[in-house]
Amino acid sequence: MKALLAKVWANPMTFLGALLCLAIVLAAVLAPWIAPYDPADQDIISRLQPPGGAYPFGTDQFGRDILSRLLWGARISLTVSLGAIAVAVVIGGTIGMLAGYIGGTFDLLVMQVMDVLLSFPSLILGLIVVALLGPDLINLVVAIALTAIAPFARVARAPTMALKERAFVEAGRALGFSHPRILFRHILPNIMSEVMVMASLWMATAVRVEASLSFIGLGVKPPTATWGGMTRDGFENILDAPWLAILPGLAILLLVLGLNMVGDGLRDATDPRLRQE
Amino acid sequence: MTEPLLRVEGLRKHFVLKKGFPKPRTIRVRAVEDISFSIEPGQAFGLVGESGCGKSTAARALLRLIEPDAGRVLFRGEDVLTAKGQALKALRRRIQIVFQDPYSSLDPRQSIGSALTEPMRVHGIATGAEARRRAAALMEEVGLPPSALDRLPHEFSGGQRQRIGIARALTVEPELIIADEPVSALDVSVQAQVLLLLRELRQRRGLSFLFVSHDLSVVRWFCDRVAVMYLGRIVEEGPAARVLANPLHPYAQVLRDASPIPDPSRRTALPRILGEIPSAANPPPGCPFHPRCIHAMPICSQQMPAWTPAPGEKAGGVACHLVG
Repeated sequence: MKALLAKVWANPMTFLGALLCLAIVLAAVLAPWIAPYDPADQDIISRLQPPGGAYPFGTDQFGRDILSRLLWGARISLTVSLGAIAVAVVIGGTIGMLAGYIGGTFDLLVMQVMDVLLSFPSLILGLIVVALLGPDLINLVVAIALTAIAPFARVARAPTMALKERAFVEAGRALGFSHPRILFRHILPNIMSEVMVMASLWMATAVRVEASLSFIGLGVKPPTATWGGMTRDGFENILDAPWLAILPGLAILLLVLGLNMVGDGLRDATDPRLRQE
Repeated sequence: MTEPLLRVEGLRKHFVLKKGFPKPRTIRVRAVEDISFSIEPGQAFGLVGESGCGKSTAARALLRLIEPDAGRVLFRGEDVLTAKGQALKALRRRIQIVFQDPYSSLDPRQSIGSALTEPMRVHGIATGAEARRRAAALMEEVGLPPSALDRLPHEFSGGQRQRIGIARALTVEPELIIADEPVSALDVSVQAQVLLLLRELRQRRGLSFLFVSHDLSVVRWFCDRVAVMYLGRIVEEGPAARVLANPLHPYAQVLRDASPIPDPSRRTALPRILGEIPSAANPPPGCPFHPRCIHAMPICSQQMPAWTPAPGEKAGGVACHLVG
């Protein structure tokens, strides 16, 4: 494990990505203390201010401070994507482990359902769910989680099938261990690294889907600040005040980039072809 | 006569594969066709045969790691194959298995200490510090330092891992150990150490063994009785000394002659064995060995030879038309 972390940090891209993510997480956590203004406070006198002066990143068409809104928006992006991925990891991972472990007809049926889910692009599936349930934070988490369950089921299933054939699983059976014990105490720890790599890569997708849904007005409702919603609002004034759309877009880009860099680094470090164990 | 420790009657396991499209052909691999034997308390029983003859499948089937299709397995009179739930768990405690591949038989993410104490907790034998103390004692018993309890499997060599696998089997204090090719994945020098350890444990703890191996010299050294398997059947059974020195079945004779003797003055031309082992998916009719047997007679391809007892007290028997 230590060697693995050393390998992760040895890659400068991963390190940079981790720094980016850490910065955004810190910004989100500290938003109530470091945001110069209330994100919903309207100052109609100073609307559409360009960056600089009292408003470092400018103001939008209602005179709300962009920096404060970006900081608070980070909370939504991170909460929704973290929540969605956590749900998807637990549900998808369990489904995949069970399918891989039980095998046979059960595996066939479950994975067929997963394949159907996989055939929808995540944005379309998210759109359907939010449209059906209505846009709010919880529904957004549910929608994005639903799109990510199938990939996690796939990623958990394959190593489970391989591990099931290893003698230590047979040894557990011979020692009288129950199936849940074998699955959760012996197989789960061995597939965690694969699942966590997948989770870090899918975090980026979740951030993107959340932003996209907010952009088309199916995200968390205004006036709550979300990056996707800010980008859409900024779009109306893209010619007069381009920073309104560019800054939140840039925030999304940086977070997705950082998450992808970390995910790639983790994947490379845990690649069995490179691993020396 | 005393009741045997383990009695296996007519054990059978076929694997069914479906292959082909659009109309799948059913292929039935007769891994274990019909196996019967019994092991007395304290005995070491060898199961020998070449690769693919079904010996490992038989070992797993009688532990129900693979569910057998037919047959009976009685452990001290208790039916293993119909046992469920707690009864099966209790039986599993009394029969343990040591695997061939020491690299896959330990959970790579579980410390040795945890691997040894977990079975004790599951069976309610010991917990906490008491379990830890027992684990340390077991480590010493198999010749490893108790300080190794906190390490992970990848820090050990193949031979050490095999010792840990043996210690884990001992955590539940079994009466019978099924050793499935326990030394064939190890270097020759390490093989000897592990075999010595197994014999020592057998003597000290009064353990019985079902010893599955393709290595006749190892079986000759370790076992009291031997059964020779060919294509899912036992073709000869009896005391190890008799079966391995003067076998009655032509296949067992070929096996004996193929096993090297470390004596240059006795070096002879390698015995001829005809052809390859037939596929268990398509076994020959009659005696399974007849296509390769130099003594084959017309009857051999038509009729399965009956089991004929060998002359003498507890001398076992053989399934061959030449005898009987």
